[in-house]
Order: sequence, then structure tokens, then C-alpha cells
Amino acid sequence: MGGYWEATLVLLSINVILAYSAFLPLSAGQLNLGVAGFMAIGAYVSAWFSNEYGVFAIGAALIGSAAAGLVAFALGFPVLRARAAYLAIATLALGEVVRGTAINLKFVGAAAGYPVASYLGLAVIGPMALIVVALVAYLYSTRFGLSVVAVEDDERVADLLGMNVRMIRVWAFGLGGALAGLGGALYAHHFSFIEGQSFTVLLSVYIVLYVILGGVQSVLGPLFGAAFFTLLPELFRMGKEWRYVLFAAAVILLMAWRPQGLLTANPIAHWLRRSNARA
Amino acid sequence: MLEQQLVNGVMLGAVYVLVAVSFTLSWGLLNFLNFSIPGLFMLGGFGLWALMQEGLPRGWAMVGALVLAGAAAFMVERFTFRLQRSSQPVVPLVSSLGFLILFENLATARYGSDPRSIASPFGDANLRLGEVVFSLPHITSLAVALVLVACTHAALKRSRVGRGVRAIAEDPDTARILGVEIERLVPLVFVAGGLFTGLAGLGFALTYQQVSPFMGDQIALKGVSAMVIGGMGNLWGAVAGGLLIGILEVMATHFFGADYINVIVYGVLLFAVVLRPQGLFSSAAAAQEKL
Repeated sequence: MGGYWEATLVLLSINVILAYSAFLPLSAGQLNLGVAGFMAIGAYVSAWFSNEYGVFAIGAALIGSAAAGLVAFALGFPVLRARAAYLAIATLALGEVVRGTAINLKFVGAAAGYPVASYLGLAVIGPMALIVVALVAYLYSTRFGLSVVAVEDDERVADLLGMNVRMIRVWAFGLGGALAGLGGALYAHHFSFIEGQSFTVLLSVYIVLYVILGGVQSVLGPLFGAAFFTLLPELFRMGKEWRYVLFAAAVILLMAWRPQGLLTANPIAHWLRRSNARA
Repeated sequence: MLEQQLVNGVMLGAVYVLVAVSFTLSWGLLNFLNFSIPGLFMLGGFGLWALMQEGLPRGWAMVGALVLAGAAAFMVERFTFRLQRSSQPVVPLVSSLGFLILFENLATARYGSDPRSIASPFGDANLRLGEVVFSLPHITSLAVALVLVACTHAALKRSRVGRGVRAIAEDPDTARILGVEIERLVPLVFVAGGLFTGLAGLGFALTYQQVSPFMGDQIALKGVSAMVIGGMGNLWGAVAGGLLIGILEVMATHFFGADYINVIVYGVLLFAVVLRPQGLFSSAAAAQEKL
């Protein structure tokens, strides 16, 4: 396999993981615009552990993911007091605070950036992405997934049915944070260099867009969205400097055509019913 | 000198005010988080430079940049809000971000991504009041912003169009049943927002004398934060929020240095939102049912 394809597939795998990190809170009705902040936590913590303590790369990535998840879980309690638009802004602010802090921390290189000693290639990152997709798909087939959807549909009814709405919301937020941390850690170990400036709000927005473009209603939506967002700009490569102009036009037209996202819950259910009826 | 810093903060806040008002019109009133606003800001500021580059005299280039921003906002309405009004509120985000990517990359593809400088038409005209220096271009943009907000506020409160817009903000379906012409009013609100944003970009270009295709990104983030601090859908709240963020930013620079601006500004913002999840200047009831 050529280097170009490997690079594209690594990017795709990382983007898929990040897409699920935004999908978890979004499926619980939370617009998290601070995904890049949790990514930064995962990236920096994992890099610190592999540089300073010589932890092997996969272990360091998991530590980074756990750290981001813990921070998200702990911050979930106060931050999720805010709702809807206010929550979106709170997470946006959170992401910027993390980024601003990373730029000022001397022991991880501050604004000059932080090199990462160990390296992870497609052989690890690809399977990791597959595992994440499988885990999230499994999670959404369990009672937890049902509860998340119930909370998103109608919080009051979910509450009346005896669900612990607050914990479900915090868990969705925390698990999303852990996945963002994993994505950030893999990013750090693949590109061997991180700097605070990379983890902007715009990156968070892009990640949320993978999910919305793919479709929020289906567990496979984020996978489609991330694949679309990663591969389409590659297709437009021959457009040279007009590449992103073409890409943007494609996104606008596509959303005009399918406002509900590429993949919705209904066509799949519909298709399953049809094939069942035929059998 | 603290008084001078306070004045500088208010002047910086003036840039955020119009952007915050623009976000109020789209997100606060129409429940549509318009991500193309940084691009519209850029069309106002970078558009001025580009049109002058193409040979237009300054005055016409200013008019042209505003027209560009207004027309772009109109396009955004056509392709996002109009087609996707009935879908989930997060959906139009994608296409409005598509427009942001489109505008920024059109500018980059044609003119490159380097920052460009614009000569100020005002020179460095200043007004002195005792020890404190007021820069004239800044005061002009603040005054223009305040007058526009006052006019918009009056229009929303008193005019027939304004009543229609408020009815749409309350409930689009009921408004339609009651005979409000959504298809005619919403583009109007979008174009007004586009012109405000374009004007903010224009004002920024003339006072700070530097433009780039990505000049809107950071400013729009502060603008949307200002809107949220002010309480969604509250015009004067957005003004207060904008000025507050401007002052906060200048004070953070003064006491802690430029490296810490974002940590402090967004830290305070986070704290404010968590303590008062309904916004600083808004009642809890008004904050419900947005997005």
C-alpha cells in the first residue's frame, strides 16, 4: 500500500474516532463545541507519558483517553447545568481554555509545540477505529443507548420513567470526552508533534459536522460523515487551490438535497423490514 | 493607566457589538446558528481590500464590500434556512459552515492567505480628554454600532415588519397561520444581519488596518460569546456582552499579558454560563426552547 493511501486511511481512522466523540453527546442532545479541547488533553497527556515515563505508545494513548474522559466526566456535572445554546457556548469556552492553557504550559513546550517520541501507524490506528465503531454500535444496542435516545427525545418523559437523566447526560458527555482524548492521543503519536494552536474551535465544529452530515439518528451516520469529509477533499485534489471551494459547494448542495444527513434511521429500518418480509 | 485601558476595551468591544447583534438576529431570533458570519465579516473587511485592489476607489469599495456581505447573507438564507427550516436545529449548521469554507477559500484562491494592510483614511486622528486618548475611527464605529442597534431595536418593537419577526421568533408555525409572510421577512433579517456583520468587518479593516481571509474566525467566536452572555435574542444584552468581552480582553492583556487573553476571557465566559445558565441579562423563561 502506498504512503498516500496509508496517510489518508490514518486520517480517516482518527476522524472516525473523533466523529463518535461528538456523536455521543449529540445523540443525548448536547452540542459539544469543545471536542478539540478534550482531544488536546488526550494528545498532551499521552505524549507526556510516552516521553517522560517511556510508556509504550498504545498504553500512553489509553492513558490520554482516560484522562480526557475523567476531565469530561468531572466537568460534565457543572457544565451540563447549561442547556442548548448555552451548553454549546460553555463547551466552546472550555475548549478555548484548554487550548489557551496548553499554549502557556512550559513543560510541554508552550507555544513552540511538543514533539512525541514514539510512533503509531495505520496497523494500530485502523483497528482502534474499528473497535471504537463496534463499541459504540454495541453501546447503542444496550439499555444505555435507549436511555440516551429517550433523554434526547423528551427529558421530562425520560425522568418520569425513572431514568437518571443527569447521570445519562454526564456519561454521554464523559464517554465522548474519552473518545476525543483517544483521537487526540493517536493523532499525537502518528504525527509525532503537537501544538496548542491546532486544537481550535473550528476543528471542533468540523468534527460535529461529520456527525450531522452523516446523520445523528443512526449509529453508522458518524462513520459515513467522517469518511465523506475525509475522502471528498482528496477527490477534489486536482482542483488545486480551488479544492476547498469545490468541497464547500458539494457540502452545501448535499445538505440542500438531504437536510437530515446522508444516513437516517428510517431507510435502514425500512430496508430491514423489507428484507425480513421477503424472507 | 486604567482609564485608558477601559476606553481601549470599550473600543475593542465595539467591534464585537455588531457581530453579536448579527448572531442575535440569526440564533437568538430565528433559532439558526449561522456559522457563515465569520465569512461575512471577512467579506466586509477583506472585501474592501480586494475591491480596492481591483481598482475601485475607496468609497465605492466600501459600498461594494457591504453589498457583497449583504448578497452573501441572502445566498446563505436561500440554501440553508429556507430549505431546512423543518429539520432539526443543528442541521443548517452544516451548510452555513459550508458557506464559511466557501467564502474563505474563494478569497484565498484568488488573493492568497497572507494578511494585507489597508491605509487608514483617518490618519491617526485622536481626541484627548485629559490624559485619556480616544481614537476617532474607533469612536465612529462605536457610534455607528449603537445607532444601528437603537434603530433595529425600535424597528423590532414598533414596525409591522418587526412585529412579524418577533412573531416568527416566538413560534414560526403560529406566525405563519396568523398571516406573517415568513418567506419575505426571514431573508430581510438575514440581509440585515449580513450588512451588520459586513459593516463590522469594514470598521475593523479601517481601524485596525489589517485584513486576511480568516480575519473573521476569532472575532466571530467572541461575538457569539457576547450574544450568549447578553441573553439570546436580547439586542441590548448583546451590546453589553460585546463591550464586556472587549473590556475583559484588554484588562487580561494589561494584567497578565497577551498570552493569557483566551484563557481568561473564555474562562470567565465558562464560569458565567455555568453560574447563570440562562445568560447574564436574561430571565430563565426567555432562555427556554432555543436550539
